Amino acid sequence: MNSETGNDQKTNMKLELSGIRQGYGSKIIVEDINMSVESGEVVTILGPNGSGKSTLIKTMCNIMEPKAGTITIDDVNISDIDKKEFAKIVGYVPQHTIYFGQSSVYDSVLLGRKPYTDWSYSREDINIAAEAMIRMNIDDLYDRPVSELSGGQVQRVSLARALAQNPRFYIFDEPTSALDLRNQLDTLKVMRRIIKENGASMVMAMHDLNLALRYSDKVLALKDGQVYGFGAAEAIITEEMIKDVYGVDSQIMDSPKGKFIYAFDDDAAKVL
Amino acid sequence: MSEKGDNRIRLGDLIRNRIDEDTFEGKYNASIRRRVLFILSLIIISIALFFVSVGLGAVNISLKDTLKVFGQLILPDTIKVFCYLFLPSLMEMPSVHAADILLASRMPRVVLVIFTGFSLGVAGMIMQGLLRNPLVSPFTLGVSTAASFGAAMSIVFGSSIFGNLMYTVVTIGTVKFDIGDMITVLFAFVFAMLSIIIILMLTKGKNTSRSMVILSGVVISYLFQAGVMASKYISDDEQLREITLWIMGSMAGATWGIILILLPIVVICSILLFKVSMDVNALSAGDDVASNLGVNVSSLRKKSLVISTLMTSACLAFTGVIGFIGLMAPHICRMIIGNDSRYLMPAAGFMGVVILLISDLFCRLIIRPGELPVGIVMYVIGGIFFIWMISNRKWSQRI
Repeated sequence: MNSETGNDQKTNMKLELSGIRQGYGSKIIVEDINMSVESGEVVTILGPNGSGKSTLIKTMCNIMEPKAGTITIDDVNISDIDKKEFAKIVGYVPQHTIYFGQSSVYDSVLLGRKPYTDWSYSREDINIAAEAMIRMNIDDLYDRPVSELSGGQVQRVSLARALAQNPRFYIFDEPTSALDLRNQLDTLKVMRRIIKENGASMVMAMHDLNLALRYSDKVLALKDGQVYGFGAAEAIITEEMIKDVYGVDSQIMDSPKGKFIYAFDDDAAKVL
Repeated sequence: MSEKGDNRIRLGDLIRNRIDEDTFEGKYNASIRRRVLFILSLIIISIALFFVSVGLGAVNISLKDTLKVFGQLILPDTIKVFCYLFLPSLMEMPSVHAADILLASRMPRVVLVIFTGFSLGVAGMIMQGLLRNPLVSPFTLGVSTAASFGAAMSIVFGSSIFGNLMYTVVTIGTVKFDIGDMITVLFAFVFAMLSIIIILMLTKGKNTSRSMVILSGVVISYLFQAGVMASKYISDDEQLREITLWIMGSMAGATWGIILILLPIVVICSILLFKVSMDVNALSAGDDVASNLGVNVSSLRKKSLVISTLMTSACLAFTGVIGFIGLMAPHICRMIIGNDSRYLMPAAGFMGVVILLISDLFCRLIIRPGELPVGIVMYVIGGIFFIWMISNRKWSQRI
């Protein structure tokens, strides 16, 4: 893709969070979060339900303003970046998207081109959206209303929209939660390829530790709204971390295809 | 990349069939062509209905005579002179009577119908998109009732607050402007805005369900209805009749003065709403995604709700409560051309025009030479549509 369809993909960019505190009203959800993402990296945010993953992700996307701390992209505070310019740099996909009305798949994916246009889509926009649909394997659904699709298909529509947006940072909240096994692997493979090819980056919240271990470069583990650990995936995802963060016993095993995590619960075993 | 001009999609190409439907671009363009053709056909139907509508009534005026009167009005002098010289039969004027009926009474009435239908269709569509709720319309949000309460207030209390100003008539050129009319619009707008502000306050929390919004609208309608009843109770006989007619919704009070007040309001509001239609599209994927796509969600929602409320309340101030058009027109169009606001907005507007023109025509013809207030017919058609909508499986799933 050339510079007119998005940003110049070759230059290095860095997203940095320092001392982020975020919450709703007087309730603090996450506190003192420091992390950074550089071009070409896939960073996964791990943590149990309610640990603040989604809140942190919304804060990164400038949807919520942090209560304290700063988020910068190449040392520029994100609240100082023009909203439309920011939309070309950061693409966000929430965990669930409920599309209103009779939006077709094509129209919904084309929304990703909105930051690049004022009112009408150019030929190029239309072709970029088509390519995104093909990459997410939803091209045969192009004229179907999104409201008639299955949860997994809707999730792929949202991911395709983010692809069409062609940002430097893809920030996804549980991008594979509604996908079947085949589509989980395909989606993460496609995303990882795009990130490595374009020098973009991806931050995603996730529950599947095996996928996190296999597809991410770095991991941020959250516990009770604070950083438990941030670093290389293999260094963070340990049996000790899984015990501390999730309260679950596990064993990380080697297989010819790589490491995998076997989690077990002695009490549950007794019930069985 | 080649020149920028090549990148554009030309409307002419879309309509003249130069589309390769095997490519995704072609498939998309074909869908755009369908949408554009749908809007064009609605415009053509509206124009046809306009001529039928000005012709039919207590006194029927033939299409030929109607066209002659328009010709006299619109055509430049050179063409008129040409016609006098070479086609004298064309220039024989129909009776003065016909021209009078057309210009003084039918025309302003039909134009008022068009403005009102268009405003309600557009406002309903925009409000549905902004609140992401298919049951929303000016009527179901209580805006219509609030506007009629405002109008009733100005009818009852106008003269005691503004004194003779209520009866002042300003004449600009040949058109008379009633200051009282303008005050009525203002009152209708203020109270309609009040209803929207109450709705926004009641539904501020993020977890507001769709039915909560509708229930708030119902409650607000009741409150303002109480107000209307109170103002009826304290009004004198003449005011009572005026208020009652108002609430039924009727186009009978149309004058050129009213049309000229509404013209700038409807045109400017429509353009402003048309300009944000792309942002409304982004909202279809939710507030957070729209925000990520560069839309300032809360400002868009507030501004567009104010604009659409202004447009509808201004029209309703002169017509009274016209229910359900803002609900029906957008839905019918959504079913046919999908959800893209850039096309849905004009489509819903002209669909509103078509529905209201047919209903108004029906009201004028059914008990000739008398007429039925169009509001009554709209309640019946709209009520049936609403029941169909919530009982239809395909639709009720999304509600």
